[in-house]
Amino acid sequence: MSAAETGKGGRAAPDIKPTQLLGRGPGGRGPGGHGPGGFGMPGEKAKDFKGTTRRLVSYLRPHLPAILFALVMAVLSTVFSIAGPKILGQAITLLFEGVARSAVDFRGIGRILALLLGLYLVSAGFNYLTQYSMAGVSQKTVYSFRKGIDEKLARLPLRYFDGRTHGEILSRVTNDVDTIANTLQQSLVQIITSAVTLVGSVVMMLTISWKLTLVALATLPFYALATTAIAKRSQKYYKGQQKFLGELNGHVEEMYSGHQVVKAFGYEKRSVARFEEVNDRLFDVAWKAQFVSGIIMPTMNFINNIGYVLIAAIGGVMAAARAISLGDVQAFIQYAKQFTQPIIQTANIANILQSTMAAGERVFELLDEAEESPDAPADSPAALAFAAASGQVSFEAVSFGYSDDTPLMDGLSLEAPRGEAVAIVGPTGAGKTTLVNLLMRFYELKGGRIAVDGVDIRDVPRGRLRRAFGMVLQDAWLFGGTIRDNIAYGREGATEDEIVAAAVAAHADHFIRVLPDGYDTVLTEDATNLSQGQRQLLTIARAFLADPRILILDEATSSVDTRTELVVRKAMERLMRGRTSFVIAHRLSTIRDAHTILVMNEGRIVEKGSHVELLAADGFYADLYRSQFLGVDDEAEPA
Amino acid sequence: MLRLFKYLKPYALMVALALLMEFASSMAELSLPALMSVIVDEGVATGDIALIWRTGARMLAIAFIGVAANLTGGFFAARSAMGFGKTLRSKVFSRVSSFSLRELDRFGTSSLITRSTNDITQVQQVTFMMQRMMAKAPIMAIGGIAMALATEPRLAWILLVVIPILGAAIVIIALKGLPLFKSIQAKIDALNRVMRENLSGIRVVRAFDRVEHERARFDGVNADLTATSLKVNRIMAFVPAFITVMMNLTSVMIVWFGGREVGSGAIRIGSLMAFIQYAAHIMFSVVMVSVIFIMVPRAQVSAERVNEVLDVEPEIDDPASPVRPVEAKGRVEFRNVGFGYDGASEPAVKDVSFVAEPGTTTAIIGGTGSGKSTLINLLARFYDVKDGAVLVDGVDVRDMSQETLRSYLGLAPQNATLFSGTIAENLRFGRDEATDDELAEAAAIAQASAFIAEKDGGMEATLSQGGVNVSGGQKQRLSIARALARKPKIYLFDDSFSALDFKTDARLRSALRKKTGDATVIIVAQRVGTIRDADQIVVLDEGRVVGKGRHAELMATCAVYKEIVASQLSAEEAV
Repeated sequence: MSAAETGKGGRAAPDIKPTQLLGRGPGGRGPGGHGPGGFGMPGEKAKDFKGTTRRLVSYLRPHLPAILFALVMAVLSTVFSIAGPKILGQAITLLFEGVARSAVDFRGIGRILALLLGLYLVSAGFNYLTQYSMAGVSQKTVYSFRKGIDEKLARLPLRYFDGRTHGEILSRVTNDVDTIANTLQQSLVQIITSAVTLVGSVVMMLTISWKLTLVALATLPFYALATTAIAKRSQKYYKGQQKFLGELNGHVEEMYSGHQVVKAFGYEKRSVARFEEVNDRLFDVAWKAQFVSGIIMPTMNFINNIGYVLIAAIGGVMAAARAISLGDVQAFIQYAKQFTQPIIQTANIANILQSTMAAGERVFELLDEAEESPDAPADSPAALAFAAASGQVSFEAVSFGYSDDTPLMDGLSLEAPRGEAVAIVGPTGAGKTTLVNLLMRFYELKGGRIAVDGVDIRDVPRGRLRRAFGMVLQDAWLFGGTIRDNIAYGREGATEDEIVAAAVAAHADHFIRVLPDGYDTVLTEDATNLSQGQRQLLTIARAFLADPRILILDEATSSVDTRTELVVRKAMERLMRGRTSFVIAHRLSTIRDAHTILVMNEGRIVEKGSHVELLAADGFYADLYRSQFLGVDDEAEPA
Repeated sequence: MLRLFKYLKPYALMVALALLMEFASSMAELSLPALMSVIVDEGVATGDIALIWRTGARMLAIAFIGVAANLTGGFFAARSAMGFGKTLRSKVFSRVSSFSLRELDRFGTSSLITRSTNDITQVQQVTFMMQRMMAKAPIMAIGGIAMALATEPRLAWILLVVIPILGAAIVIIALKGLPLFKSIQAKIDALNRVMRENLSGIRVVRAFDRVEHERARFDGVNADLTATSLKVNRIMAFVPAFITVMMNLTSVMIVWFGGREVGSGAIRIGSLMAFIQYAAHIMFSVVMVSVIFIMVPRAQVSAERVNEVLDVEPEIDDPASPVRPVEAKGRVEFRNVGFGYDGASEPAVKDVSFVAEPGTTTAIIGGTGSGKSTLINLLARFYDVKDGAVLVDGVDVRDMSQETLRSYLGLAPQNATLFSGTIAENLRFGRDEATDDELAEAAAIAQASAFIAEKDGGMEATLSQGGVNVSGGQKQRLSIARALARKPKIYLFDDSFSALDFKTDARLRSALRKKTGDATVIIVAQRVGTIRDADQIVVLDEGRVVGKGRHAELMATCAVYKEIVASQLSAEEAV
């Protein structure tokens, strides 16, 4: 998990922004805004900005009325607030002139102020409606995104999951979708309000004085220049910071997880030296990144202040000459301050949009993955025949490989008669998962077919096929929930009696009853409150409850204590009785009694036959048997 | 947080300068409205154009000083905060490097990684923000109030009304909002948990045909999260609207009540305008302060987690005057050793005694959980014994320096950990000065030459992090070669042949036998076949030694050994 997070580069911004701290609530103009820290940070670039935008927009279509409403409200809110300074200015002018004439028109001022207050309240109301309605849009969109991803995942072949880390997939469901949500909630409205504020302020400034407007506009190129010049440098440093931070985190991760080896080989000093080296380099760029990105805001403020002074001075001169009212000067100063805000924000918004599109792209990439082939109809003759099948499994000229250039099976044929066991032996490797993958149709064959009682498993709906199989693997998968729920997972709608019976059959009933909450004991995530052996017994109970016709079983009990191992073994033997079984075998008794033995080496099936046949063939199995069970062949010469 | 600041001491001057600069720039900012009022009251009102320009120039000069101070402050803050982070990282990393496995177990690897990286980054960032925003907000608030009072004491009551209302509103929002955000976080966690369970259990979900069930489960948490987020976001939509209204209301109040004073001539209009700006500064500062109140506790949590690491003194430390064995031969002796892991009710090993002589092979066998790997961990002093002693060449390992002790050891651990870098770098991990020929020899014995030669670049081929681009068997062989390249006095193979195919396994062990010569070899194994030729087999059961001797002897005397053998070999093969 942490590897996936730290590896994400640009998005894993180390800064704490006030927006994040206040959560996802307030919009652009609230106390949140975008903190100075995040400025000039390089966003991720989307590969196909336009295409992704179009697709994202298509997701918003169902919410079009709400979005239009929000946008209209945003425009209204901005328009109403934009009139504010001008009207306040009128009040001040009245006051100023009144003082000059020594007869202040308080009723007039009162009226203006009341109007102003009204405007502000209305504007705030509209602003609230905007945020309210966008909250709905963004949350509902995000809901359907998550739902879409989840449902898509259910239709993806196992190949997809085996090819990437859980963290990678998880981060699309959470981080990427969250990025989209935040943009919808904040940035979309911000773009509109920024544009309206910009245009509105300029219009208002023009109504006051075109000369002063020219002065204000003259400062614009300086903003653009300063922003681009600084942002370019700060991006360079940020990139360096990300790079060294990544390197440093990678080193920390490696050294901590290899702590035992580091100590055993006396590597500590060299490890610390390497850390210090990267840490120094990180410091060199990190403070520069921090410093340079911090330059932008003060510089903007300074340019703003220059404009402010120029306007104040020129406005003052004009007002002294009675060419402009004092209130208008005051209003103008506020507009001049306001209209630069959108410009400062533009760079920020552009960055946000880019990383949103990059996030969107990753989500769409997942949604576009090729799905499993559609299921066979449930009422076909084959499916009906399968329902009555007794469990005779045959591989007919099966060819398979995870990639095209390394075949694992090439024309493999074998029979597993009803109730018999097929043993798979060989060193650890891809062997057992491959078998599960093919029988359960998690992966598709490259050639040949697998049949149960003569029915090609591809002619049976996947769900029904898989229900006919039971699976007890070494890494017992349990979910957070009660023990009862975990056993009941084996069959929908199982009764309490059936659950207990299954637990008894699996020799699990005893240890469950000893637990303080018995069957109601809640398993923690990854079920750490049970021992490995107990977890395995629960999965055996689950398989008993499911009562499958065919069994896939892993005999290895490597992290189980000796006593539990015995119990697990007994439970497994009982489970196998009368069922066709594919057993990843670790015990001689199982191997010898097996109807067929598949010998695997480096994930490939190298031999097949009964124990006697294979010994007689004097091939790999015979070698393996001798070395594993009879000790080292000392005469073996290095090749 | 404060406790960590002792590492900020070297940067004390910089921090002081940063704060001073922040103060200067805030002051500059605060003095601008006052000058503005001069322009209005004395320039515009009287038509004194020269005064307007003069004051304007002063304002520019002050603004320039302000920005210069701000940038300098930023420079010092950036350097001190990042330097602080650097120091902290380095302290934590070297502290963790000195941890024994016991301390590592206590925190857990992933937690230590987060503490060394993300948590420190958080603390570092807040240290930066403290010198900037957190310094600025109070200065601006207090300075603003001072300036406002100095300009117009008559209007001060407006601030007295508005600021408490704003402050109270923020407190209420924070009190209401934080639990809501916490509940969102909990629901995000729930969503993640369901998704993660689905990913790790995907084969089980599909095998039991429960896809539909899982879909409903996910939809449940998804809808729950959406409903809560929606509620929170809609409540939070009030915040910006409310703050804007408060700000504007204040301006209106100032103009209205101030206007009356202007009318009576008590207040000048420029001052009124300046007052409005001060009020805005003050209110903005109040908002900033509230953000700080949210930020600090979060960093506090990170700081606490970092502190926890720094607080732990590694329990295994070198003795003040370490003893070196007179002659390093590699003789290992376990003398009545007892040990238990933290939190375990049963000791892992009890009263274990045996001697492993140089030039011989000792095998340790027993079921899982019988304490085999624990013995290796005690010999390497990853943990300290609770009773008895482990001796190497007659010296208690606790009396030696860890460096000396481990320089005798060549360990091939159960979990063959490799590091990113070239194969050669990995093989030199234990001995930097190993020559190319020595590496080649080690690789040959470990049966790794062939696949190394096949790799692009051979010995210089790069392994990715965690060694994911080599197979399990290749990893083990490299891990064994790494132990060989160290040329140790004592070889420790902790179940390190398990992923090898049997031919390779046999070849490796026969090549190994020729190489180890005078060294002591200790092999932990599960399979009887692997160890039955050992000079001495130590049989463990539930942490106790239940048998010691050669295969034939144990077959005659040791019931547990016979049981293990019987489960693996048939009767006629066991002889």
